[in-house]
Amino acid sequence: MSHVSAVVRPPLVTGGKSYHDITEDVCRQVEGKPTASWKIVFGISTIVLLLGTASVFWTWWDGLGNWGLNKTVGWAWDITNFVWWVGIGHAGTLISAILLLFRQKWRTSVNRAAEAMTIFAVICAASFILMHAGRAWLAYWCIPFPNTYGSLWVNFNSPLVWDVFAISTYFSVSCLFWYVGLIPDLATIRDRAKNKVSKYIYGLLSMGWNGNTKTWFRYEYVSLILAGISTPLVLSVHTIVSFDFATSVIPGWHTTIFPPYFVAGAIFSGFAMVNNLLLIIRWTFKLQDYITIEHIETMNKIITVTGSIVGIAYITEFFIAAYSGVEYETYAFINRAFGPYWWAYWAMMSCNVITPQFFWVRSIRRSITWTFALSVVVNIGMWFERFVIIVTSLHRDYIPSSWAMFSPTIIDIGDYVFTFGLFFFLFLLFAKYLPVINMAEVKGVMKSSSERFPYKVKPNTKKPGEHVTE
Amino acid sequence: MDTNKRFLVGVYDDDDEVMAAVKAVRSSGIKIHDVYTPFPVHGLDKAIGHPRTRIPMAAFMFGCLGLLTMFVFTLYTMAIDWPMNIGGKDFYAFPDFIPPMFEFTVLFTAFGMVFSFFITNGLWWGNKAVIFDLRSTDDKFVVAIDTSSNQKSEAEIEKALRDTGAIEVNVKEVIEEEA
Repeated sequence: MSHVSAVVRPPLVTGGKSYHDITEDVCRQVEGKPTASWKIVFGISTIVLLLGTASVFWTWWDGLGNWGLNKTVGWAWDITNFVWWVGIGHAGTLISAILLLFRQKWRTSVNRAAEAMTIFAVICAASFILMHAGRAWLAYWCIPFPNTYGSLWVNFNSPLVWDVFAISTYFSVSCLFWYVGLIPDLATIRDRAKNKVSKYIYGLLSMGWNGNTKTWFRYEYVSLILAGISTPLVLSVHTIVSFDFATSVIPGWHTTIFPPYFVAGAIFSGFAMVNNLLLIIRWTFKLQDYITIEHIETMNKIITVTGSIVGIAYITEFFIAAYSGVEYETYAFINRAFGPYWWAYWAMMSCNVITPQFFWVRSIRRSITWTFALSVVVNIGMWFERFVIIVTSLHRDYIPSSWAMFSPTIIDIGDYVFTFGLFFFLFLLFAKYLPVINMAEVKGVMKSSSERFPYKVKPNTKKPGEHVTE
Repeated sequence: MDTNKRFLVGVYDDDDEVMAAVKAVRSSGIKIHDVYTPFPVHGLDKAIGHPRTRIPMAAFMFGCLGLLTMFVFTLYTMAIDWPMNIGGKDFYAFPDFIPPMFEFTVLFTAFGMVFSFFITNGLWWGNKAVIFDLRSTDDKFVVAIDTSSNQKSEAEIEKALRDTGAIEVNVKEVIEEEA
């Protein structure tokens, strides 16, 4: 018996699946023809992507004046959407890295899809940087390179430059982590492939993997170390995103609570998005035996924890604003709750503070309908959180004569729609052509956590008081 | 050189069985070429007698290199090549450069380690896999034994594999340079 797990834990793989069943169930959609429903949804997301592309093209062609920004509110939807997508992109690496370090076996069924979601969400976030650059073809200026102006280097004191390094490192390391995990599964598909094209493509991608002992042994070390370095990395990314605000002197932004508050919020929204996507995947690909109600419930518990952290952060911010006695700070917060953008503030409070508390009820936590609906609400709330932080802190400037309101233009909305099209376009391609569940890792936890193999926990035959050596 | 190597391939059904089998076969004096499994079987590397991997050492070295690279780069650009007064800070404002130094440490560790892993295990785009049994990436655990490097006869090896629970024993010829 190689692994032993407590009897009280519910099985993670139900339905009496064998090792071969896992391969069959996961490879089925990769090897089969695309279904009609996949084609329809893929068609819709392609259309959305094209419409959005027109909007992005116009942003670049005609300039940022097409956005609803003004002199007072100089940052609005673009940065709101950027932070929102980056936040969503935190769940995947959290699941694959932090939960690996904590030896959470339930991670194995959900990490592949969650990591894919992370990568695509970061791509969506990065597209806002390119849009905001106005002249996207000059976006390489934020990378330090020798040039003819001196060389004039980037300013390493600026959190925006740290962000360039943080997001690009996060993106490339996440891709690498995801790809290394994919290699054994790609080899499985290669060895099952019937036609030449898929044998060639999956053969090329699986790099000649054959699952020998030494490779597996090193693979496990590589995953462990990648998890070890990705854990501080994922925490650093949203910390640095929060520095974009926290290091400024704008009332409502200049707070030390931002890093933990942003990281908790990121995990909160990321898990909500993972919930939504996994509920659809398990239903369309009939993977209910791998992504069980236990998995959904565990994720809902994490949503409750992180949502409560976010709630406490909101209240703390308010308290500190009053307690500090700084009138600008106090005004910024009173204006958030009772000013012209009160509806955004209260949308944020109700979606993010009240919603996760429903998950204290076991039947709601285990209900698919509730989980899906509340996860959508959480992501709406988290979008409003960024909108509230950014727009309501800016729109009432120090001088009342420059007070202004922000309203998005059709191009603002079109650019946001573009990222939705892009996200689902990429995710649907992933779901069709790559294994959505990490087969090798699920097979590895079968002995300890599946219904098929009865729990082989040795009965305690030792006398009371005798030292148990195992 | 197209000299073929002859392998006896024992196919097992279960990870715990193959683990016990590897120990038993090895203790009976038969040299195992390698074991191929669909997922990592913990302890198999020890059973087969592999030494400890030096991957963590490589990862640490690459991490140090990344840290040093960004340390030198920020020092050169911000303090030596074009020092600028930014918010009254020191030219070399060390705390401000911690985030990029950290990110580079992670970046170098990750890429350096993973590419070391690829190279040491012969993984590269376009490499052909040496497969003893196609089911070894699905649900079977495969023990490959090189007949030429063993003193015992094929019948004895086959018996040892069967006795430890192999459901099949096949013969596979592999061109030497591939194996």
